[in-house]
Amino acid sequence: MKLKEKFSELKKKKQGALIGFVTAGDPTPKDTQDIAEAMIRGGIDILELGLPFSDPVADGPVIQKAGERALKAGMNPDIFFEIAGKINGVPKAVLTYYNIVLQRGLDKFCYDCVKTDIDGIVIPDLPIEEAAPLLKACKKHGICLICLAAPTTTESRLGKILKEADGFLYVVSVAGVTGARKELSAQVTPLVKRIKQKSGDLPLAVGFGISKPEHVKEVIDAGADGAIVGSAFVKIIEENLGDKTKLLNRLEDYARELKSATLK
Amino acid sequence: MDLPDDRGRYGVYGGRFSPEVLMPALEELERSFRKFVKDKEFQRDLAYYLKEFAGRPTPLYYAKNLSQKLNGAKIYLKREDLVHGGAHKLNNTLGQALLAKRMGKTRVIAETGAGQHGVATAIAAATLDLKCEVYMGTEDTVRQKLNVFRMNLMDARVIPVDSGSKTLKDATNEAMRDWISNIDNTYYLIGSVMGPHPYPLIVREFQKIIGQEAKKQILEKEGKLPDAVMACVGGGSNAIGIFHEFLEDKKVELFGVEAGGKGIETGEHGAALCAGTNGVLHGMYSKLLQDRYGQIKVSYSISAGLDYPGVGPELSYLAGEGRITPVSITDDEALDAFKILSKTEGIMPALESAHAVAQAMKTAPEMKKDETIIINLSGRGDKDVFTVAEALGVNL
Repeated sequence: MKLKEKFSELKKKKQGALIGFVTAGDPTPKDTQDIAEAMIRGGIDILELGLPFSDPVADGPVIQKAGERALKAGMNPDIFFEIAGKINGVPKAVLTYYNIVLQRGLDKFCYDCVKTDIDGIVIPDLPIEEAAPLLKACKKHGICLICLAAPTTTESRLGKILKEADGFLYVVSVAGVTGARKELSAQVTPLVKRIKQKSGDLPLAVGFGISKPEHVKEVIDAGADGAIVGSAFVKIIEENLGDKTKLLNRLEDYARELKSATLK
Repeated sequence: MDLPDDRGRYGVYGGRFSPEVLMPALEELERSFRKFVKDKEFQRDLAYYLKEFAGRPTPLYYAKNLSQKLNGAKIYLKREDLVHGGAHKLNNTLGQALLAKRMGKTRVIAETGAGQHGVATAIAAATLDLKCEVYMGTEDTVRQKLNVFRMNLMDARVIPVDSGSKTLKDATNEAMRDWISNIDNTYYLIGSVMGPHPYPLIVREFQKIIGQEAKKQILEKEGKLPDAVMACVGGGSNAIGIFHEFLEDKKVELFGVEAGGKGIETGEHGAALCAGTNGVLHGMYSKLLQDRYGQIKVSYSISAGLDYPGVGPELSYLAGEGRITPVSITDDEALDAFKILSKTEGIMPALESAHAVAQAMKTAPEMKKDETIIINLSGRGDKDVFTVAEALGVNL
């Protein structure tokens, strides 16, 4: 299923989307399919898989460490697409840094996404001004380049971003890096409302710092179409490295808890 | 054409590959920089600090003994080691700290490898009354503990970075994360001609005084341009600083001397121009040391200041155009040069700068006696005496 279909399906059901992120290959490549399936059983609507990069500047310590574990365990883009192709049931997106896409070749990367049923690409270090070559490859292959907007994004930048954004708009909730925070930034609700005025039919999903059901509820209530939870899932992996059964159960339970907060 | 273009590109290199959170700040930085760099009052303030505080202009010293020993070209040393703080780094930190003040920022952050940029940032922040925090890899805080203490004495806080390779690359990641999180009051003071546009331009602007002085001085002393200019290249700020003024003088050969470490063939080096491939790191498209998947490799050099897996985009461009000649010097060759310059001239070069000296020792004997070389002696070697002693098996 495609991202857009998922969002319109959820809209009819009066639900927000729960987008769950984990770093592929963490703790090892052979665990990723089980981890993703546990989250899908728990009720995530969209899976966002991280393809680790050695220098992830937009990530906080939890996702940095996950990337280090995965790379140490031998994770690479070839293995990534092998694994991604085996995970079914929800629309999938890949999150990685631009150099990884560039070295594989923009066209080949998009082709691999199509082959493995990945519908969207998120690249935190690729601003709209530098995105033209990848946008072209994405359009050719029918893949969504998921653009990001932040609280610091000016109106004129927002216009440029919305012109190209596809799939959904990734709204960064806070001027900061990824990572769970106790409370959501007070900026979130006004930010979602501000973007909503311009974004038309494009779904908005809010990420960065969303770790609890009440955060999910808050962003959905603010008018967002989805909530992206990453570090909170990755933290569960980090805390249960020695016990896979417990790890999978906890991921599933937590996904279920978060999902229940998306019902309007 | 004047480079960079309005997208921050030097040919294909450069650009602005930054998280969206930072993009408005980079746009604001570029606007402020372009405004103040033309502002008379700003220029007057900067000139004042460079002269009265940093000690500019630095001498262009004829290294008579070294020249005689090598029995070839005449060698001149551009004495950036005499700049306050012991390296060329202060030229840039004074300029950017003044810019930060003008922009109303109260806190500056920096990344540092050898600690020279961290020290220079601490100096500029102390004199201009800015709060200063410096990110430094834990590996480097051990290798360069003297510089950590110097920064502390000047009231800068050093934040050890324990992620990744625990060196300059990771300190840069962490400084960027800090900036992302504290964009309102914080100025990120990058120490080299690297990072997203406009940083390579800003740092070049504040370092080009090295070449401007050197050109004037060599014309006074020799009545003609030098035949070669040599500078070590980590990120490339001292190299761009001295090269910029000579770029249009096509007969002047410009050598960018990279860290050959244990030898390029061993894979343990920091020579991105000589052995790197194109990619994106730290906001720029440039030559990088990376594997076939695009993961950044850990670089290596005896000199912490050259221990970086990338290089500034303008240097990648100039190397591609054939305007500069990239070469590499091994740890052992740099150590030899360190000893020889100390012995013959009574000048201890920084291990970084010793790479440029070593290249001159290779090239000068093949040149004629009426030809001249300028070496950018970018820093002094006092900070390196422990490293050198250890390499020579001396117990201090």
